[in-house]
This record gives sequence, structure tokens and C-alpha cells, in this order.
Amino acid sequence: MALDSKIPEGPLADKWTNHKNTIDLVNPANKRLLDVIVVGTGLAGGSAAATLAELGYNVKAFCFQDSPRRAHSIAAQGGINAAKNYQGDGDSTYRLFYDTVKGGDYRSREANVHRLAEVSTNIIDQCVAQGVPFARDYGGLLDNRSFGGVLVSRTFYAKGQTGQQLLLGAYSAMNRQIGRGKIKMYNRHEMLDVVVVDGKARGIIARNLVTGEIERHSAHAVVLGSGGYGNVFYLSTNAMGSNVTAAWKAHKRGAYFANPCYTQIHPTCIPVSGDHQSKLTLMSESLRNDGRIWVPKNIEDAKAIQNRQLKPVDLEEDKRDYFLERRYPAFGNLVPRDVASRAAKERCDAGFGVNKTGEAVFLDFAAAIVRYGKEKAHVKGLNEEDDSLIQILGKEVVKSKYGNLFQMYEKIVDENPYETPMMIYPAVHYTMGGIWVDYNLQTTIPGLYAIGEANFSEHGANRLGASALMQGLADGYFVLPYTIGNYLSKDIRTGPISTDSIEFEEAETKVKREIKHFINNNGTKPVDYFHKRLGKIMWNKCGMARNEKDLKEAIEEISTLRDEFYRDVRVPGSENEFNEELAKAGRVADFLELGELFAKDALVREESAGGHFREEYQTAEGEAKRRKEFQFVSAWEYKGAPKDAELHKEELVYENIEVKERSYK
Amino acid sequence: MNLILQIWRQENAQTKGKIIEYPIQDISPDMSFLEMLDILNRQLITNGDIPVAFDHDCREGICGSCSLYINGEAHGPDRRVTTCQLHMRKFKDGDTIFIEPFRADAFPVIKDLVVDRSAFDRIQHAGGFISVNTSGNTQDGNSIPISKHDADEAMDAATCIGCGACVASCKNSSAMLFVGAKVSQYALLPQGQIEAPDRVQNMVAQMDLEGFGNCTNTGACEVECPKGISLENIARMNRELIKASIKS
Repeated sequence: MALDSKIPEGPLADKWTNHKNTIDLVNPANKRLLDVIVVGTGLAGGSAAATLAELGYNVKAFCFQDSPRRAHSIAAQGGINAAKNYQGDGDSTYRLFYDTVKGGDYRSREANVHRLAEVSTNIIDQCVAQGVPFARDYGGLLDNRSFGGVLVSRTFYAKGQTGQQLLLGAYSAMNRQIGRGKIKMYNRHEMLDVVVVDGKARGIIARNLVTGEIERHSAHAVVLGSGGYGNVFYLSTNAMGSNVTAAWKAHKRGAYFANPCYTQIHPTCIPVSGDHQSKLTLMSESLRNDGRIWVPKNIEDAKAIQNRQLKPVDLEEDKRDYFLERRYPAFGNLVPRDVASRAAKERCDAGFGVNKTGEAVFLDFAAAIVRYGKEKAHVKGLNEEDDSLIQILGKEVVKSKYGNLFQMYEKIVDENPYETPMMIYPAVHYTMGGIWVDYNLQTTIPGLYAIGEANFSEHGANRLGASALMQGLADGYFVLPYTIGNYLSKDIRTGPISTDSIEFEEAETKVKREIKHFINNNGTKPVDYFHKRLGKIMWNKCGMARNEKDLKEAIEEISTLRDEFYRDVRVPGSENEFNEELAKAGRVADFLELGELFAKDALVREESAGGHFREEYQTAEGEAKRRKEFQFVSAWEYKGAPKDAELHKEELVYENIEVKERSYK
Repeated sequence: MNLILQIWRQENAQTKGKIIEYPIQDISPDMSFLEMLDILNRQLITNGDIPVAFDHDCREGICGSCSLYINGEAHGPDRRVTTCQLHMRKFKDGDTIFIEPFRADAFPVIKDLVVDRSAFDRIQHAGGFISVNTSGNTQDGNSIPISKHDADEAMDAATCIGCGACVASCKNSSAMLFVGAKVSQYALLPQGQIEAPDRVQNMVAQMDLEGFGNCTNTGACEVECPKGISLENIARMNRELIKASIKS
């Protein structure tokens, strides 16, 4: 099947408006006759479910958590971008568009990204109207901060809990519709298959995670807002339950999977503390507004710090290497995430790491404390030369900005980051790849849509900070509810979709068969054993730096591990009860397939771009080297074993932006 | 560290539960509490036993999934943390640790340490929102200035993660801190004013319907709240309720 991205004709800035003006609408009376299933209740799924219900569709929403409010969007810390230009620092829709395309290393669609930048301002207005308590300045107006890869302050925030507040906003909009009966909410339910009838997505098979019952649910369209697949690495900043199952099952039913190898490794996470580690904790990118990243200049000092013979605060200023400021003077500590992560890895690989495993760099607030302290002393008319006073005042300011993050760090690491620099290391955080969608966010299965992190979307090969929240809410509030109407307008006479068809029967049988296999397998090792091994393969061979040999080995190793998993996994208990191990087994089974496709995608992409760094393709200075012949989206069609997937290319055309070497120097 | 765990085991809502003892060895002080339970579960599975069920997801203290009543305290002995942020360095070698579910009539046990907190969702359905549709032509976010003090206070109330520690800690199983936090967030913002009387009345009515108790000002909820939600929010909710009853 040829890929048609369905990008509207016309000038870039008019495409979305023209498209909205010309697509078909469904009249309010007919919306009542149409059912939509939304899987996932994070920022994308939650906002889509609420908006579709407001419009009048009958929505069934599903989440595996015990409440929609717990979706992992809630953990996003730093902020959400919008081209409001409230700071008057030269921001505009075009600049947000430009920064996002450049930040994504010229691997995203111009038209989609421009639409995202256009609706970004609506998101802020909408959220304020919902009662989201964004940070404000003393004049009562909305405050902004700056994030990586940009030269303006366009990030709106609510302390270090912006994702939480935005999600609770979407959740409140959902609650209103659940109260009105327009959304039927299915908590603790996991989608285990998409049902395709006559070539159209017409429903899902879901498992009730409390009773174990397998349920059929039908609808006129299905929307996946089921998030990303970072947990294929076992250790990531994702929630424990975050999984690829909904997206992967859709892929196996015919939805193409795009750019799986584009993974974001976030530079500022708390380093791994031991083999018991179950997940990694992010320290918001906003910390790089004020924190300076460094390692010792001399290897002897690095060794002394690793062995705890030398305290970082005792190392003189001229013996420190602020490597981001050194390598990228224009953006300094606020280079994009992929660049910062690779730079940290480069220093640690060279032996300059600062914790006992040598896999950490410092994030230091000492300079910020002094700067803020002096500023505060000046404002209050106090003695600017009194060092202890400056320290007290400066720490107060830092606390007001990042208090909850500092507290989180201290609880985990047991060190006081006001007194000694934080230690950080890159960790898997976000996946830019995902289900391929056209301009309308429809997948290659008609009637099946993918939104938020679940689709491959607007971030290209690297996402800028504070843009995930923007994209999730843009898709859910302002894009999908319009574009889906065009599809549903053809379905107003269809009537309710029956769940008694042979297609539902087949899908249900398949799901039950897999569950039976796990329960009756009687292997010897728990699910986590296999998940951890998969994670090790992914991190070592498909991680921050990749090469042909490693990737070929990874494909074979994952395939072998998958066989072993099916042979030897032990799932205790029965299928007719609350059984977390059973749920985990299904998720890991899908990760074991996705991982293989991931490695294959990385192998085929013989260039470096954004989060995908191939050692064979780098400049003399060690920067990522893009190649013109790879200016396309890789969309994979399922053909049995993941490694046999067939590649379809969507060429990326840049008419409004000149494709340049991406430089932050 | 070597520890003795005393864990509440209950097959489902219909059966009776009881405390079972599990000794566990070689626990590192750097582990989180839930990572310690992961290790126990791995051992149980390998030995052919049924692992202990507990709710958890983000493991960074924000989703509100994890619960657990540890040695008689919601989220355990540390302050301002959820169970997933509690680290084993807060315990000593040889300690006995009692682990129970959050207990309240309105939170029935689903299995072992997993409870059903959907009562919280139903309270939110009754009024935990501002009635505004998504249109794309809402007025500009800066058109109504909000004093920094009010915005910050609304934010403090809004940081509630809905974990239910307040209910579990309260001798009356009262949900007033949870409801008060939501009522306060909206009461402090101009956008929330219009529906304020209906909101507080509907949410409180649903709270009573779910079987949560009343507040008798013992303040345990505030102490155990991992997000430090203040008792002031309960006072504000009561003021809002009185205002609403006068208006109607």
C-alpha cells in the first residue's frame, strides 16, 4: 500500500485553516448515533475523550490504571510550550515551528509541525479556563521559563508538576462528561487487540484487570492514545505499566509502525544505583536553566571523586570542565536533549564520570545560588558582600523554583543538592517513533487513529523539551476531534456495530489463547527476568550510540530471547483474577517483538539523526551526521516475524525551511 | 539488611484476609520500598507461590497509585513521600515491618494490598471541574490577571495526587482533605467562581454517599499527606459550603 500523508494543498500557514473549512462535519443529531473508543487517558487520550464527548459522540474510554488521573503524563515536570510571545522576546508561530523542525533534526513533516505551533496558543487559553494553576508573576500574568534548543522563553509551567496539572485539567473535563453520561469510563482495563471489520477498525478486545474477564467493545472508530514504548529498555523514566501493547497489536492488524528507533535519551536523570533498580527518575530539563553541567578536567581528579577521596565542592573552578558551555557556547547548558546526552556519555566513556560506576556528571547550582542571592540582596537593600547571607537568600530562590525536584533528589540519593552538586546521567525518556499516521492522525487502518506519544508525529528524530505536553493536548483537544468527523460523517447511517461478528470472535479467541499459554506454561523464571535481559540488549546495542555489528547481534539476541521467554516464563495464578504477572507477561511479549523491529529500523537507517546516533556516521567533531538520502519516514508493515517487516518510505519535503546542518555552537 | 515482613494477604473482596509472615534477606538501604517488595515477589514466583499484589505505577511519587499502610502509617515512616519514594534506609537490620492496605469502608480491598479507590473518581464526577468546552476561541489566558498569591495557593491545593492517605490515616475515614483540596483549587481561581456553590454541594453530597466519615479536626491527614496538603483546605471547603447554603 502506498503511503498517502494527505497533507492539504496551499501555503503552509493556511493549510490547517483551509482543511478545517473543507472537511465534512457530522451534525449534532447524528453525533449521538456514533460511538468512539479511546484507549489511554493521558494528555492525548484524556483530552480527546473529553472533547469528543463535548461534541456529542458517545465515548468509551479505557485505561489500565485504577483512574484516568494516573496516566503517566502526570509525571511530566518542566512545562508546555506555546508561541504566545508574552515575554516579547521575538517568539512567533513560525519560530516555534522552525525550532521544532530543527530540533527534530529535519525528520518531521512541515505541515504537521506548523499546525502544532498554530494551536499551541489555544492550549494555554483552554487550560487556564479549566482552572489549571499555571505559575504567574507578581502582576498576575502568566510566567514563562526557557527550555533546551530554543532562544526564547515560551514554556508555561506549574511548579515542577506541569504534566500533573494539565492532566488533572483533562481529567476534570473528562469527569464532567462522565457525570453527564457521555463518556463511559473503563478503569483497570487493558486493550489486547483491535478488531478490524471489512477493513475498518470497529472495536477492541479488552481484559478487565480485576476480574480477568475478556470483553468485546465496538465503536465506529478507535483512537489510540496509549503512549510510548520506552519501557522496551526495562529501565526508563516511564511508569512501570507503560507499554506498547495497544500500539503493537494495532501494528499486527495492519497499522504501519514508523521510526521505532527514534528514542529520546534524557540527559538529566538520577543515575542507576544498583541491580535492584526498577525505574529511573527524571530531573526536569528546567534545571538546566540554572544548573551548570560539569566533570573534572583532569582524570586524576575524576578518579578521586569516584573513590570519594575528593568532594566536588572542593575542586577549584579552573579544574572543572563545563563541557556543554565549552562545546556549545551559543546554547550552553540548554542544548537539546540528544546533544546533551551524547556529550555526557562522551565524557563518561573517556573516564571522567563522577560516581562510583563512572556513569554520572554533575549538575551544579552553586553559581545560580550566588547569582540569585546577590540579586535578592540588592532588591532588599542588604549587604551584597555577605557570603553567608547571599547563600541563604540564593537557596531560598532556588527552592522556590525547583524545591520539589530538589526534595525528590534528596529522598532518592540521600544527598543535599543545595550543598553538593547533583549527579545525573542520561536515561530513556520518550519515544519519537510510533504508529504511522497521516495529516488527519489516521493510521493505515481506516477508522483507527493514533494521538500523542503513540503516533510517530511531529518531533522528528528528537523532541524538544516541553513539546510532548503540547503535542498530546494539541492532538486531543484541537486536531483529532475535527479530523475524525470527516471519517465518521460517512458512518451516520451505519447504526450500532455488533460485537457478534466473526471478526470479534476471532480476535477474542486469539487473545484467550495467548493468555492460556502463559498460565499453563509452567516455566521457571518470572517475567521481569526476561524484561531485564531485553533491556540490557537494548541499552547496550540500541542505546545512545549504535553500530551495524551491534544492531545485527541485537536482532538475533532478541529473537532468541523471545523463544526462551515463551518456553520458560512462569506466570503464577489464574486468568480469572487480578493477576499483575499475567498483564506483565503480555506486555513483555510485545516488547520482545517491538525490540527486534526497533533494532532493524536502526540498522537500516544508515545516518545519524537526533536521538538515533550511528557511530559510522558522525562528523570529525563527533556530531551527528545526517544524510540526504535518508530524508524519509520509515513506516514498517508487519509481515510475520518483526525482522521480516516491509519498509515503506514517506519522503519528507521541506518547502518552507532550508535543511541545514543542525548547529548549537 | 535482613527483615521480617508481615503482609496482609487477601485473595479477593469476598474472602477474609490475614497477615502472613515473610522473612527477607540482603536488602540494600538504597532500594525503594517497592523494589524490596519486587524482590520478595520474584522469590515467591520462583518458589511457585502467588506474589503479593500492590498498586504502583510511576514510582516517582506523582501518579498516586501506590498506597500501603506501613507500620501503622500511610506511606510509611518518612514524611512528604509516597510509598514508592520511601527508601529502605529508613529501616534497620532486623526490623519487623507490617504492611497493610489502606483501610476504609469506601475503599474495598480488591486483592492483598490493592484497594478500590473509585469513590474518589465519583466525587470528582459530581463537580470536580469547570464547565468549559474545548473550542479554540476561549479568551486569552492573560485576560484575567490572577494574583500570584492566589495562583500559588490554588497550585498548592491542586498538587493532591488522590492517593487516599488522608482517608486511611483518619479515624473517621474522612475524605475531607481530598475534597477540600479540589474545592479550594477552584474557589481560589476566578474561573471557578461561577459554579462554586453547586460544586461544593454536589461534591460533599457524593462524598457522604460514598460512606466517608466526617472531620473531627485531629489533623492526621495533614501529617500523613505525601504532598503536604494543608488542613486550611478543609476550613475553606466548609466556608464554601456555608456560603453555598446561604445562596441557595
